[in-house]
Amino acid sequence: MGNIKLDTAQISRRHFLGGAAGLTFVISIGPKGTWLVADAAAKAPEYAIGAWVRITPDNQLTIITPAAEMGQGSMTGVPIALAEELDADWSTVTLEMAPADPATFGYNRRGGKVMRITGSRAIRSYFEQMRLAGAQVRKVLLQAAAEEWGVDASTLVTEPNTVVDRLNKRKLSYGEIASFATVPAAMPTVSTDELKKVSEFRLIGNPVPRADIPAKVDGSAKFSIDVQLPGMVYASTVHAPVQLAEPESWNDSEVRRIPGVIDVVRLDKGVAIVADTFEHVLAARRVLAVDWKKGAPAEGYDSEKALEQDYMAMAMDRQSPRRSVAETGDVTNAFASAVKVYKADFRSDYCYHAQMEPLNAVARFNAAGDKVEIWEGTQSPGGSRAAIADALEFEFEQVIHHQMYMGGAFGRRSITDYTIETALIARATKRPVKMIWTREEDLAFAMFRPQNLQCLEAALDDDGKIAGWRHCVIGDGDRLITSGINIEDYYTIPNRLIEQLGASHGIRLKHWRAVAHPFNIFAIESLVDEIAADQGLDPLEFRRKRLAMTPKAEAVFDAVEKLSNWHTPRPDGRALGLSVTERSGSLGAGVVEISLDRERGRIRVHKVWAAIDGGIIVQPDMARANVESGIVYGLSSVLKERATIKNGAVVQSNFHDYQVLKMSEAPEEIHVEFLDRETSPTGLGEIGNPFIGAAVANAFHALTGKRLYHMPFTPERVRAALQT
Amino acid sequence: MIKLRVNGKSVAVAAEPDTPLLWAIREHLKLTGTKYGCGAGHCGACVVHVDGRAVKSCQLSLSRAAGSDVTTIEGLSPDASHPLQKAWIAEQVPQCGYCQSGQIMKAVELLEKNPHPSRDQIVRHMDSVICRCGTYTRIVSAIQRAAGEV
Repeated sequence: MGNIKLDTAQISRRHFLGGAAGLTFVISIGPKGTWLVADAAAKAPEYAIGAWVRITPDNQLTIITPAAEMGQGSMTGVPIALAEELDADWSTVTLEMAPADPATFGYNRRGGKVMRITGSRAIRSYFEQMRLAGAQVRKVLLQAAAEEWGVDASTLVTEPNTVVDRLNKRKLSYGEIASFATVPAAMPTVSTDELKKVSEFRLIGNPVPRADIPAKVDGSAKFSIDVQLPGMVYASTVHAPVQLAEPESWNDSEVRRIPGVIDVVRLDKGVAIVADTFEHVLAARRVLAVDWKKGAPAEGYDSEKALEQDYMAMAMDRQSPRRSVAETGDVTNAFASAVKVYKADFRSDYCYHAQMEPLNAVARFNAAGDKVEIWEGTQSPGGSRAAIADALEFEFEQVIHHQMYMGGAFGRRSITDYTIETALIARATKRPVKMIWTREEDLAFAMFRPQNLQCLEAALDDDGKIAGWRHCVIGDGDRLITSGINIEDYYTIPNRLIEQLGASHGIRLKHWRAVAHPFNIFAIESLVDEIAADQGLDPLEFRRKRLAMTPKAEAVFDAVEKLSNWHTPRPDGRALGLSVTERSGSLGAGVVEISLDRERGRIRVHKVWAAIDGGIIVQPDMARANVESGIVYGLSSVLKERATIKNGAVVQSNFHDYQVLKMSEAPEEIHVEFLDRETSPTGLGEIGNPFIGAAVANAFHALTGKRLYHMPFTPERVRAALQT
Repeated sequence: MIKLRVNGKSVAVAAEPDTPLLWAIREHLKLTGTKYGCGAGHCGACVVHVDGRAVKSCQLSLSRAAGSDVTTIEGLSPDASHPLQKAWIAEQVPQCGYCQSGQIMKAVELLEKNPHPSRDQIVRHMDSVICRCGTYTRIVSAIQRAAGEV
């Protein structure tokens, strides 16, 4: 099993090479892109350098892992691709977390390099790059062994951590080679054609335990909230109830009289209390009374009124400025010549990330005040480091960054506003500071998945096929409400118009696991199911006969049909629902089996089946865990999660009134099947989430004949639907 | 100074009597395996054993814990060899891992009282500990795997 050193983020080249015998392969970023080179060649000033792989004479390997770990397993999964092509013996591998240095350790994105792990991007973005690097190292080892033995390298093969000369029946371990070999001045080149075939994989596709798990069962895994520094003090920020209001004044002298209080720091959007212990911070929080400046954009905002009334008024008003997301064919004509038109509106409420670790960070300045050390868990180490530098008016290099495990992220942690606060507090206080938002603060100052209204229409032609499609989403957040709204990855309806109508409420918004897919897919697949039912067809048959599906979609529907035994009747009181989704290049179809407590209005999801095309599955069990997690996270928002805003302030305050799914509400069985594919890996961190809404709503219809149009499906809404 | 036993050792904590046990454990004793999730007794990330009972340490004051025997995740076994820890690894339960100390400590209490719980009994016992990554089905499997070994 791979070991992991998380707390060694500052692997400067010197540290990494530091006196160690053996071979170190450093990376160069040059005109040809990312490439492994010899240490000597990398000394040329035009190259940014860092290290990926070290092999020592004791046959131990160290691989740098660039992927932030939030529970998805990528810190293990990404370097497996390198280890595979290197033919590494995984039991000899130690992983080290890469420093926040995107120029060296980033993947290619839009002409630059980033380390940001969002959008289920880790494996799919690093896969080829890591494989090529591993293959290069293997070539060097083969060549070195060939020279040692005086044979041609092409006659040699590798087994895990071993070069084998089959003709002469001899072997050299990678460690043995590292004891005599040097990295050549010019590294060999490798093309993608030289990479292993899928049938040759030893690690990819076979179970490798996650490197982070042992530390997560004995309490030794370190999150930023766990960091302890000599002389460290504690802080917590209080933000305005009306989001983004600025502090005017507060009862400063009263707060400073609380035992242990060291400082009260004004921030742009809050007031931070600093004390010797966290319990003293909490005591001072209870005393602090802030007058907030008037005029924050969220002032007076009532989210329920916006969702129930304003959005529909906007949708009805033809003058409202719409943004076209996608337009194809002749939609006007498709509707004008339709035999039948279906219309439905759907709503979804605000959702909160509710990562279990309340947002926090640790910051320490040096005595001169010109360098800061940061400990945080971030999805975007490079972006965060740059943002902290910016806020402090520092250069990038003046911020020393320690990446920690994240106690959940779900999209929230690619903006590290909490860490910037921490750095500012530490600078003002001139002490090392651990800053923790209380759960109440984390929720009051949350960045939400936006609420929205969706207006859909479908036109049936005289063959009974869906020939026209209109979908308009209304809400705040721009792209945060449009992801997943385009159906082209699974249905090829010829005439489509997809639009967005923007609102602006002054509420903080953010990518939430799968962004807008969960509510857009809910609306799309609910309407498809409604049409199927009206046409008297089984939902699967309807899709096959009346919708042109992509081959990928056909395949995942076929697979989930078998996996769930779709056509087998369920016991009384149970029913099935179906939905498809795409996300991050993957495509999946899912089926849920539900029952209903009609009196209490409670839907129970007992079983879930999901069939997914995610390309090559690097680690089947980790992939399955990601999908299971997406399903539960998705279901939580479908059944329970609901944030509301009154007079600009978040109404809910903790897990008693912002409820998330508990074990007793989770499915008893989750069955995940990955289609056997040899295409490049696609994202799996979010594919389990978006199909759940429509699948549950469609199962509810199968059970009751009624439809659900507003997520989450709270008991009140379920009971109301039953009475329609 | 308030005295108690933590993981078999006598300790004295210099904190006010109304300090939640959670913060005494985490920041005074530096045993950070026990987590802060909500501070209000809703999530269970802070579960430790106090005199053999699983307790939400954010809801127990230091003065009330005085003189008692506290076990945290760090004291469960010297080398992560408790059957539940081994089962947690075998089932690859943790994802982000933040709630898992609380989950394991809660599960230990169950198997100590009831070595062979039914699925329903597991769910009823564990229902007060939230896992936001949704590892619930694996937690059930891990408890079933360890059943009879505690």
